[in-house]
Order: sequence, then C-alpha cells, then structure tokens
Amino acid sequence: MTINTLSQDGVQRQQMPCLTKMERMIISMQDPDMGIKLRNQRLLITVIPHAMTGLDIVEWLIKKCSISDEEALHVGQLFVKYGYIYPLKEPRNLILKADDSSYRFQTPYYWMSTRWPASELDYAIYLAKKNIRKQGELIEYEKECYNALHKRINHTWDFVVMQAREQLRASKQRRKGDRIVLECQEQAYWLVNRPPVSPEHYKLTTLTKNTIAITYCAVKYNQIFFLSCLFFLARNRVKSSICLESYVKYCEQYQPHDPIMQGCLPSNPWITDDIMFWNMNSETVALPTKLRVERWSFSFMELLNDQMGRKEFLTYLEKEFSAENLCFWQACEDVRHGETAKIPEKVDEVYKQFLAPGASRWVNIDSKTMEKTLEGLKRPHRFVLDDAQMHIYFLMKKDSYPRYLKSELYKNLLARAIVPQETKKSVFPFMRRQRHSSPSPALATQTAEDDGKAKYSNSNSGTASRL
Amino acid sequence: MCDQTFLAITFGPCDNCSQNKPLMNIYLKNEPINYCSLCVELMACQGLAKGETTNTLKAESESLKAKLEEERAKLHDVELHQVAEKIDALGQFVMKTRRTLKGHGNKVLCMDWCRDKRRIVSSSQDGKVIVWDAYTTNKEHAVTMPCTWVMACAYAPSGCAVACGGLDNKCSVYPLSLDKNENLAAKKKSVAMHTNYLSSCSFTNSDMQILTSSGDGTCALWDVESGQLLQSFHGHSADVLSLDLAPSETGNTFVSGGCDKKANVWDMRSGQNVQSFETHESDINNVKYYPSGDAFATGSDDATCRLYDLRADREVAIYSKDSIIFGASSVDFSLSGRLLFAGYNDYTINVWDVLKGTRVAILFGHENRVSTVRVSPDGTAFCSGSWDNTLRIWA
Repeated sequence: MTINTLSQDGVQRQQMPCLTKMERMIISMQDPDMGIKLRNQRLLITVIPHAMTGLDIVEWLIKKCSISDEEALHVGQLFVKYGYIYPLKEPRNLILKADDSSYRFQTPYYWMSTRWPASELDYAIYLAKKNIRKQGELIEYEKECYNALHKRINHTWDFVVMQAREQLRASKQRRKGDRIVLECQEQAYWLVNRPPVSPEHYKLTTLTKNTIAITYCAVKYNQIFFLSCLFFLARNRVKSSICLESYVKYCEQYQPHDPIMQGCLPSNPWITDDIMFWNMNSETVALPTKLRVERWSFSFMELLNDQMGRKEFLTYLEKEFSAENLCFWQACEDVRHGETAKIPEKVDEVYKQFLAPGASRWVNIDSKTMEKTLEGLKRPHRFVLDDAQMHIYFLMKKDSYPRYLKSELYKNLLARAIVPQETKKSVFPFMRRQRHSSPSPALATQTAEDDGKAKYSNSNSGTASRL
Repeated sequence: MCDQTFLAITFGPCDNCSQNKPLMNIYLKNEPINYCSLCVELMACQGLAKGETTNTLKAESESLKAKLEEERAKLHDVELHQVAEKIDALGQFVMKTRRTLKGHGNKVLCMDWCRDKRRIVSSSQDGKVIVWDAYTTNKEHAVTMPCTWVMACAYAPSGCAVACGGLDNKCSVYPLSLDKNENLAAKKKSVAMHTNYLSSCSFTNSDMQILTSSGDGTCALWDVESGQLLQSFHGHSADVLSLDLAPSETGNTFVSGGCDKKANVWDMRSGQNVQSFETHESDINNVKYYPSGDAFATGSDDATCRLYDLRADREVAIYSKDSIIFGASSVDFSLSGRLLFAGYNDYTINVWDVLKGTRVAILFGHENRVSTVRVSPDGTAFCSGSWDNTLRIWA
C-alpha cells in the first residue's frame, strides 16, 4: 500500500508547531499589560522606539514559565536565533545577553513562518540596494552571494536593479526614525535567513521526512481503517483507576532497583569508574546479590528473564519431578524465535521429546490443546506450539512458581545473598581509576564466562560483605 | 507466554481462502468473520460496495471513531496526577555527563545499547556505524554503509551482530568479528527491503528476526537468515518513524508511531492493528514501552510527550511546559518507570516525573539537536546522541 503525505510544502508542515508556539509567546510578550515594558533607545543620534533590554526578556520568561535563569536564557536565545527578536547594537551577533543590551521585536512581515523559505530574488534585491546605497558596504560573504546570484538569476537582473532603485527611492520619503527601524528589521531578517555559514534552520526538517511524496489509495486506506475501527470498538477496557494504580505500585516496587533513582551498591560504574557492580551482577557469579534474588519474586517473567533465576528454578523443578515443563517451554521459545528454515526439524524434536505418547519428557497438557497441537503439527509453522506453550506457562506460573518462592531453596539463597558495601569515596577525589575494557560479547561464550568468574573471585575479598 | 497484554489470536482455516494461518477477528455487519490478513487486504482492495462512496466510507469511519472515543471515556474515572498525589515528590535531581564519545564525522542519528550494559552502537549521517565500549570510550568496530543518513541501528541480543539502515531502504545485518583485520562489510547480510527509507529497526527476542519500520508507511518482520518477509503491518497513512517491542519476554505485540500522528499497537503473528491512538497534534517521532508493558510513551513534534495506557485504551498523561517549544525527538523510561527522559530539538534533555506529570530536571550540554536517548539495560545510565556529532553518557 502506498501512502501520501498530504502536504504541499514539507518544510512548512514540519516547522509549524514550534514556530506557532514561539509566535504565541512573542505576542504575549508584546501584550501592553502583561508583556515586557518597552522604552525608547538612543542609537547614535537617533531615538529607536519600542526597545527592551536582554535582562527584561530573561526576567519576563522566568516569571511567565517558572523556570531557572539558565533555561530562560536558553529559551530567549531561541527567539533571537529564529529572528523574532533582534539585537540593536551588534546586529550580526545573534545572541541574547542578559544585561542592558537592547533588542527589538521583529515585525510579523519578516517572521519565518510568513516568509519561508527566503526568496533568492528578494535577497538579490536587498544586496543590490545595499550596493547602490553605499559602494563597498557589502561584507565578504555578501559579496560572494551577490556574485553567485548575479550569475544564477542573470535573466532577471534588470528587474532586480530596478526594484532596488524603486525601494530606495520610496524609503527616502520616509521619516528618518521609521527608515532606520525598517532598515534594522530588514537587516535582521537577512542575517537570520542568509548568514555566512550554512545555518541549521535550513535543516529544520530532517532530509527525508515529508519530502518524498508517495501515491495514495484513499479507498483502500479507508476500508482497512474502517475494519480496524470495528475491531477496536469490540475491545475490553479496564477502569482508569485500576490501571493508574498499577503504575504507582510498579514504580514503588522497582524503585530500589533503579540506579538512577536510588543509586546502586557498591557504586554506579559510570560515576566512580569502578565496575564492581557489573561483576557482582554478572550471569555467572557464584552468589547473587540480595536485590537480584528479591526481584525474582516480583513476577514469573522476572525469574525467567534472569539466567541464574531460570537455573535455580530448574533445580527446584527437578526436585519436584516437573522439570520437563520448563524445558518444553524453552524449546517452544526456540521454535518461535529461531531460524525459519529449522522450524520443521525443531518442531519434530519437540514432538518426539515432549508430546509423543510415551515420550521421555512427556508434558501434561489438557486433551483439547493436545489434540489441536497434534493436528497443527501436520503442517508445522512458527506458532504451532503456541497454545501448548501457553498452557504450560500458566501451569508453571500458577502452581510451581508460587511454591518455589515459598521453598527452602529460594529462602536459603535469599538468606545467603550478598548486600554489597558502598564503595568508600576515594581520598583524592580527582584521581581517576583505571578503566579496563571487558571482553566483547562477540567472543566465544566460554572465554567470557571464565573471565567473569576470575574477575569476581579476585575482588571478592575486597568490598563484598555477607549478611 | 505473555503475562499482561494477552491476545486471543486464533489459528485456523481462513473463512475465505481456507488456508491455515493466523486470523484476524473482525465484525462485518454485526457478523463475526475470521479472515487471514491477506484476505482482509484483498477485500479492502475490491473497491467500494454498491451504494458506497469514498465519502460515505470516510463518514462511517469518523462516526466509528467518535463512538470509540465515547466508549473510552466511559471508564475514565480518575487522572494520573490525582492518583499520584499520595506519592512523595522527587528531590533535587543531579545528572552529569560522565562520558563523551567523539568520533563521528557528522550528525549522530541513532544508537542502541548492547545487553552487556556497556557497549553501544551508533550511526550517523555520514554513513558510518560505530561500535563503542562506552565505559572506556574505545571504538571497537566501524562499518561504512554505502548510503548516507543511517537512521536506524540496533544491537543483536547476543551481542554478536548489529543491524542498520537508512536511505538505502534496506536493513543490513553485520556480524561483529573480533579479527581486527577483517572487513566487516564483507560479511554483510541484506535482510529487509522497503520502498522508502528505513526509520527504525529492532531485533526481536533473538538474533534471528528483525522488525523494521519505514518511510513507506509500513512495518515488517523479517527472518534474518533467509531475508524472507514474515509479516507486514499496514495501517499508517504516512511515514512510520519509530517502533518498540513489548517488554514481555514472550511478547507478541509492538507499538509504532508515525507522521500521521497515530500510535498503533500491532499483533506480530497476525499482522493486525490491535489498538490505535490519535491525540498528538503533530508527527510522533519516538515511541517507548513503559517497563511493565502496560503503557507506552510518545515524543512528538508538538513539543509534548504523552503516556497511553493499553488496558484503559486511552491517553493518560501529557508532559508539556510553556517554555518547551521544540519537538521531542526521542524518549525512554528509567528502569522503574518513574522517570521519562526526553531529548528535544532545542538541544536539551528534559527529565519528567512520569506519575506526577512534572518536570524534574533540564539537562544542557549538547550543541545541536538531540536525536536519540536510550537508557542502559541495567538502568545505571542513559546515552544521548546529537546532531553535534557526539554521544554523551549521563549518570
């Protein structure tokens, strides 16, 4: 199905949200009552009306948005960068300074949202005006642009020069104050839209988004959407209060395990350059940490996700003579996530080992599911064992898992589990520890395991403590 | 299998073509029908039924949408911040840049963590894909892609391969060799083929399957060994920019977000669009599941991040502020799900309290827009990649 992005100008569509937001804020800044207090500013011998200081802008932002100085300066800076506010004293320096430097609001005529992209023709006229008004006033990059434009749009050059002359003549008839203001505004516009170095405004959009139009089939899309809607409506929903309550519980339960929220013991490797934390929690460690073992009790999935947890659970199941359940589940996972080409042979293996009558590790599935699965095995596909796998998963979850958590095996491990000591802060705080590289996972797994064990046993004597 | 969002998908003979396939369960004129995804598409392609026009169909869809919103509102009895009132507010939040990874020659577009918690892969506009040991800041591997704008990269669960793609419309898998002299590009395997740019890719639970999303408006599931298309997902009406797999180990769903302002939840087996959310005002740049798998967050060009609950089937929180004007390009949750890290196009990273809805901190440091933010697998740090050609690890 091919789709259309229904926009004429991809760039326009892309930047509308942020420009609209900026403009809304600019307008409220200019509000006569709640906005920034404007005053007259003397520039050489002329008086420029409606000017404000950089400090005014920053303070207004701090008050309006309840943010810090740093952030207010950052936001104010964006307004200057995108041409909504321009500096009076150093027009080429598009920076907001939180002092008494003067700034003015740009007129909406020159807003980026109304005049995007900057037209080459307009730029040529502007440069021509500058050139005519005072020979040699063009600076380096402007001269280059002027020459390049002269070459590129040579066919309209007469028009350009004529327009430039007309505009200059019209401006001479204005009052001096107005003229200066208009010149400032125009200059500011071009500094934003045609600066010396290629600005990132031009890359306001990512190269690809919305720039490639694809053909659209309205009927097809609407029909699929219509059918989807029918499906959505039939869904069972849960009350918000129940759903939201579950987040609170989840966050609370996992907070001690979240290193960013509550730190981690012995220390966060990124902060102290000490990788003890990773060594103690590696997959092949001899004795796990207490937090890790506690986490297995949060949900069955947590237990299965941890390789060590899975091994412990398997040991428990072996004692209960129901280890084939976990093995069956693992084999099914292998089928679901493995190579497509190997599916038939894998499914066959599973059948022989777990499902065939008299199989060595026969799993106890209800007759209905067994029938359905055996039927499906005639034409094996990736999901043929799903129902059986589901049945066994829930069996383990509802029966074996809770009993494991109450078992001696688990409780013993929990009692023996380590609570690492917090690494003492180094005496010389600026001394950086050596950062050792670790074996890449791309190495054969055997070597990785050996290394992990070695590292742990070396450091065991140091900082780990037992309960 | 899946603890939480469990979907009863039936397998069996399709009502139409009689082939044994995963079936989509839909209602047509109040009659339940079970068609395979191919037949559903064919039915849709057959053109309009008698008496129907594009407009009447669209009008019917709109009225269904309105009805859907009505149903969703019925069970909405409390707001998230109300429920969160009883929790303590978070204290002063201090996070600093702990590592800066320099080496890319152009904008960093995407990154992913390895499961060993310290290695990362990053891709950039200049076509380079680099594998770093972020802890030591050493570069371990580098691949030069034949195209520029490598917008997607992913680390394989085993740590032995990386997948990447972009303007070449393909997703390629490179096995990571330890022989320094070996040219990684020689062993490249071309897996996915789209008709437009690749915006995002992710390995599923193993190295054998890859899920991709593309600017052609579709997502697709591929078998790595054979390059075969296993399932395709149609339903977006514009570029799909991001996808994320449900965290359940045996999960079968994933969420995708795109330029049509929609976030769709899909069933991987049948290809069916299971849930759809459309409350953003602009393109959705990034989607991420909440750690429990019951919800997901989105970051969008409308300068807001939103949280959608899958069981309540609605948007439950909006993270926005007056002073945040530029779009969010990337979002990720901390391990407990209490914090949401969002990278924005105004060069900052904002940290949100997911439950209370307030902003906890703003992080400055990057000198150009932040394109990607990802928390490490064990939650000890997060990495941000930016158009200023660097990556930073924050902790």
